[in-house]
Amino acid sequence: MNLGVDLRAELVKAVAATIDRHADELTTLDQAIGDGDHGINMKRGFDAVLADVANLSAKPWPDFLKGVGTMLVMKVGGASGPLYGTLFMALGKNLPAEPGRDDLIRAFRGAIAAVQARGKSERGQKTMLDVLIPVAEALERGTSEIGALALAAHAAADATIPVKAVRGRASFLGERSMGHMDPGARSSALMIEAIGKVLEKA
Amino acid sequence: MESVGVVIVSHSPKVAEGAADMVRQMVGEEVPLAWTGGNPSGGLGTDVGEIMSAIDRAWSDAGVVVLVDLGGAETNSEMAIEMLPDDRRNKVLICNAPVVEGAVVAATEAAGGSSVDTVRQTAEEYSAR
Repeated sequence: MNLGVDLRAELVKAVAATIDRHADELTTLDQAIGDGDHGINMKRGFDAVLADVANLSAKPWPDFLKGVGTMLVMKVGGASGPLYGTLFMALGKNLPAEPGRDDLIRAFRGAIAAVQARGKSERGQKTMLDVLIPVAEALERGTSEIGALALAAHAAADATIPVKAVRGRASFLGERSMGHMDPGARSSALMIEAIGKVLEKA
Repeated sequence: MESVGVVIVSHSPKVAEGAADMVRQMVGEEVPLAWTGGNPSGGLGTDVGEIMSAIDRAWSDAGVVVLVDLGGAETNSEMAIEMLPDDRRNKVLICNAPVVEGAVVAATEAAGGSSVDTVRQTAEEYSAR
């Protein structure tokens, strides 16, 4: 039995479960400042990943992550598909077959840069980057306790509430986007918490 | 050389098909043309696989221009272009122009035998007026 296979399968199941549990909430957030499909789209994407979990998790880390990313690109249907798809595809491209903590941090940084390029966005623009970048920074500072990382992720998502959106559909609303949490920041924080909980036990 | 192809990508299949109808009526049949709209479940949205397939249907060795509507359509089209084979990727350009006007102007320019760069530029200049 390959421990990696089980761990990969568990990660997929945990992320798919958290997306499923929060799909309505993500859609509600997106109805406030976007086009109201973030939860539905993410659920469609991760349901597809989950349906293929046996095949995907049998692959080594780089191919597994690329496979997850490609599936999200093809199935999600909104802008979050290419954005999350790029995140996972770039993680897969940047990780060695047997990754350690430092490899993970380096690959995560590279993947964040790829998402920035894909979305032509940067930090502070009310997007998923506002969660991913603070989490990368916490990892770089040596934080490894999952409670602290999840807390950092959720605090970063909360911090998008007062921000005025300048990227994505929410930017059409201008000042009216203020006072709402960014749905992509929320889904990123949820995924980081779910991934962290699985890795903590591994 | 055959003329540049035109692909129309909208969140709504009705918008995409309607824009394509207008191109056909105003420009005629000589320009390769394809449209796509809707997410993988048939709701409003865009689908990377379907965009790749539309680029294939409108393929021309002279290149293809892609007209997109809102945010996700552009991001998904960029993704679709990156996933094309190496020899095709650099011949496909997204136009920063409104879908309907841009598609008609691009197809008109393409029908005159212009290069893919010129077709895009004309569509974008028209929309900037």
